[in-house]
Amino acid sequence: MAKVPVQFTLNGAEKAEFIDSGTTLLNTLRDKIGDTSPKGGCHQGTCGACSVIINGELRLSCLTLAETCNGAAITTTSGLSEGGVLHPLQRAFLDAFATQCGFCTPGMIMAAKVLLDQTPNPSREDVVEALSGNICRCTGYEPIIQAVLTAARSNSQNAA
Amino acid sequence: MAIRRGRGVAAINYPTGMNLGGDPTQALVHSTPTGNFMVTLSSVDLGQGMKQIMAQICAETIGVPTDRVVVDTADTDTGPHCMGTFASRGTHRAGNAVIQAAREARQVMLEVAAEELEVNASDLETDGQGNILVKGAPQKSISIFDVALSAHFKRGRSISGRGMFLIPRSYPEKETGAMKPSTCYAHACTVAEVEVDDETGEVTVLTMKNVFEIGRALNPKMVEQQLVGGSWMGISHALYETTEPYYPNRDHGGTDFNQYLMPGPGDLAQTEIIVLERPSADGPYGAKGPGEMCANPQIPAVANAVFDAVGVRIDTLPITPERILRALKAQAGAPN
Repeated sequence: MAKVPVQFTLNGAEKAEFIDSGTTLLNTLRDKIGDTSPKGGCHQGTCGACSVIINGELRLSCLTLAETCNGAAITTTSGLSEGGVLHPLQRAFLDAFATQCGFCTPGMIMAAKVLLDQTPNPSREDVVEALSGNICRCTGYEPIIQAVLTAARSNSQNAA
Repeated sequence: MAIRRGRGVAAINYPTGMNLGGDPTQALVHSTPTGNFMVTLSSVDLGQGMKQIMAQICAETIGVPTDRVVVDTADTDTGPHCMGTFASRGTHRAGNAVIQAAREARQVMLEVAAEELEVNASDLETDGQGNILVKGAPQKSISIFDVALSAHFKRGRSISGRGMFLIPRSYPEKETGAMKPSTCYAHACTVAEVEVDDETGEVTVLTMKNVFEIGRALNPKMVEQQLVGGSWMGISHALYETTEPYYPNRDHGGTDFNQYLMPGPGDLAQTEIIVLERPSADGPYGAKGPGEMCANPQIPAVANAVFDAVGVRIDTLPITPERILRALKAQAGAPN
């Protein structure tokens, strides 16, 4: 079958690939482009490990067909640090020991980033709600919740 | 019909490692030409932080900062033999092997430094910052960087060491059947507070208060991380997780994350962690294995709290609403 062209920006950089029709965005990012920060956990939209940001919205890349992303602006966790300086969320996850095996971490950070972009001063309940689509099997969630709250506080301090 | 509150307590002893046929782990340590140290293992870091702990242990033994140590794990083609990462054995077994290997490497390092400084190796000490000093005359010193360069390019010495830690197999005594399955035990005690809805059988864990005795906490923040996660896993074992809900009947087993439930971020109990440190006699710098132990005491504590709340003993895990309701019916004398 003929390949299909897709074009989008990934973390600000233009990307163009020929893919098999029906290829998920997750597989396109990982196997074609080489950005392995979105993880394939369940491949059915349950675990959140593949979460990415498409045009400012949190999306599951395992349920998104790459060919629906033409012209989109896609952000993944690998695009968050700038010039070797970690994003406040990445810094907060490190400082709070919010990662163990690390498999859920990129998806958690994506979910948290969309939350903080839309709600800069979230309550604990807001954070729990925002993370409820992401499964973690190591931490018991509490360190992750604390990391997101800490990142929100450091953002608002920087803005002030 | 009401929400009933109950409190349960449980205490456990948990072995560090297992010993069914002898339990060995090996480690190799060598320096690079610039005085960094490589630890080679076959043990696996699966997120519990083994690489960090082994780097700390090697650095402490040799006398360099932790960031001067690189740990290479989990390649059974190239690493020395390890029984594996299980049974909370990693820190204890691999840590002891790393100490032995690092001591041997340190000895070579001190011998090379002694030749460079023209003193006796037994008169040398390390400052923990990457320097070797003459005891009592610290102005006479040499950096480990320079010692490694000398060893490699001038003196033809390999600054390296071999470590092997073995817990030998313990055979049962013929008369009594007694044996020693482990040399080192961690301990824990947990108090769980729950609410049980005696109409729906649903259990909500309100608080989980844990005390863990884990030998010496080599990295207190990582220990805390394990214990917080473990306490949550204990709730999950008690109330949620199973692959075969009607075992031995295999029907209705979960097939994916949707059906294999664990508590989510909205189901967290208020959790308290207290760490007691009683260094173990045969542990690396006194450490025991906190890994699996920390997810155990919550299970009997929850079962006891459910009994305290509604007066039924659930002896099969997980303690599901269905099992509680069936037990309540049986208690009331109704047929199941």
